[in-house]
Amino acid sequence: MSEDDVRLIPADDSSWRFEAYLRRGGYEAARKAVTSMAPQDVIAEVRRAGLRGRGGAGFPAGLKWSFVPQCGTAPKYLCVNADEGEPGTFKDRAILVRNPHQLLEGMIIAAFGVGIRKAFIYVRGEYARIARRLEEALAEARERGFLGRGIFGSDFDLEVIVHVGAGAYICGEETALLESVEGRRGQPRFKPPFPAVVGLFRSPTVINNVETLANIPSIIGCGADWFTARGLPKDGGTRLFGVSGAVRRPGLYELPMGTPLRTIVETHAGGPPEGVAIKAVVPGGLSAPVLRPDELDVPMDFDSLAKAGSMLGTAGIVVIGDRTPIIEVLKVTARFYAHESCGQCTPCRIGTSWIHKTVTRIGEGQGRLSDLDLILRLAEGMKGRTLCPMGDAAALPIHALVSKFRDELEQAVSR
Amino acid sequence: MSYAPSAATLKKIEGMIAPYPEKSAALLPVLRAIQEESGCVLPEAEAWVAAKLGIRPIRVREVLSFYTMFRRKPAGKTTIQVCRNLSCTLAGAEDIIGFLREKLHIGPDGTTPDGRITLETVECLGNCDHAPCLQIDGVDHGPVTRDGAAALLEELRAHE
Ligand SMILES: Cc1cc2nc3c(=O)[nH]c(=O)nc-3n(C[C@H](O)[C@H](O)[C@H](O)COP(=O)(O)O)c2cc1C
Repeated sequence: MSEDDVRLIPADDSSWRFEAYLRRGGYEAARKAVTSMAPQDVIAEVRRAGLRGRGGAGFPAGLKWSFVPQCGTAPKYLCVNADEGEPGTFKDRAILVRNPHQLLEGMIIAAFGVGIRKAFIYVRGEYARIARRLEEALAEARERGFLGRGIFGSDFDLEVIVHVGAGAYICGEETALLESVEGRRGQPRFKPPFPAVVGLFRSPTVINNVETLANIPSIIGCGADWFTARGLPKDGGTRLFGVSGAVRRPGLYELPMGTPLRTIVETHAGGPPEGVAIKAVVPGGLSAPVLRPDELDVPMDFDSLAKAGSMLGTAGIVVIGDRTPIIEVLKVTARFYAHESCGQCTPCRIGTSWIHKTVTRIGEGQGRLSDLDLILRLAEGMKGRTLCPMGDAAALPIHALVSKFRDELEQAVSR
Repeated sequence: MSYAPSAATLKKIEGMIAPYPEKSAALLPVLRAIQEESGCVLPEAEAWVAAKLGIRPIRVREVLSFYTMFRRKPAGKTTIQVCRNLSCTLAGAEDIIGFLREKLHIGPDGTTPDGRITLETVECLGNCDHAPCLQIDGVDHGPVTRDGAAALLEELRAHE
């Protein structure tokens, strides 16, 4: 494999076919793993690579795999998270459309490393058409004996099932996803036990994001050192940065982990259009607290964003121009979380809809000055008080919008 | 009234159930298949699904009412879903939504009186670099301008 060949998103549109992937050196890493490596060495290599989960939380992938108990005879499962519901995020779509075999290869390697024989790919309902192409890619791989029984002539089997959702942001949360695969409402489970121990159908389960798994072939093929050299020692590899909003060239940019946010927005995405200045930037999907223009030199990696009081999340960057009133951003944000709260935990159910009501009132010119403090208090009340991280995912961006743009919002209220 | 899927859909449904370790896990795909054929999932179909998967009818209702893409009542022949999350709002989604409502003479999340078109607003479609975006019966379009939206409506009319 040459360096150019391991891009997450190949430049060529017809690149998704099996033959095209083979020509890029595809499935060599999976063959290497399955036919010449011990499963624990696969996990060790991924741990050394410092690959952190691309679904939002940034948990080290190899470490997660190592939590799966290797004793016992219960089946183990792999669930691929292709729910991609985080607003501002469109990277997994690109992998599914342009490079599905790289995801499949990553799944083979992960399953081999952990000792899994059955995998589910959970695709959001809105991507049903994309799921059809994924099914085609699966059929291609099965036909050639790269999936199914006795992969690469070994005694390793892997069956893959595509499970299409039906519209619910919460199903991206890993335990809600498990509920949804089991044919239930997507309501998150209490943790512990963690899915690695008690997951799908009560069995040990690994859940990884599409982009996380699509990085695995290059780690096994080119080695952990090669991978970390393309990113940071504890946060290896490149990242698919999606840029949308007030920029000249919205799109996906695959760049080393740690690339400064300003470079991505201004150099790669071309900065804001003529006559527009940046007012704010959401760095990692709607749940990531907003940054002000003076905060844009932050390197885009998990630890740096956390230090800056936000999060790298899904690396979906949304640029807000100075002509957009912050109340509009707040309205969209508040509506989204109120709409998507699954209703299971009271602080999230009541908090998101109360905030939404309050924000709507301000938007309609009926706001009171005390409303801003009310929103902050409601956000505080959700934080850390729900079963799943959705409470925080709603509270933090709303809190940041109100506290960082308080002056503008106060003007909106007193107008 | 009782419900039965077509032979083709029944075969599809049986193929869907097989790979799951527990039959009931196939609930979402089975409901999707029924809705694809019938446009929605009526109470008779709910009962059929419950019997087919060996679960209580309430469990089918729970799932149907939780997921936004399931319908319990028929919608228009064509569904237009316009995204109104952040990237699309920044790119003028509300203007496109207003334009479509005006053109189709319908209010928020409504269906034209002739039953041709249902217009809905949705949260992020994951197509933010093509904002403002929408889906027509699951097919992506974007970035959509007023002229582009008018052309899409024309195309729908021409295809009838
Ligand atoms: C409300 C909510 C929504 C989420 N949505 C997604 C999603 O759409 N895709 C995803 O990969 N992870 C999503 N996550 C994160 C998952 O819970 C989980 O951390 C991730 O799938 C693990 O994979 P990774 O370690 O490879 O990132 C979401 C989390 C929360 C709390």
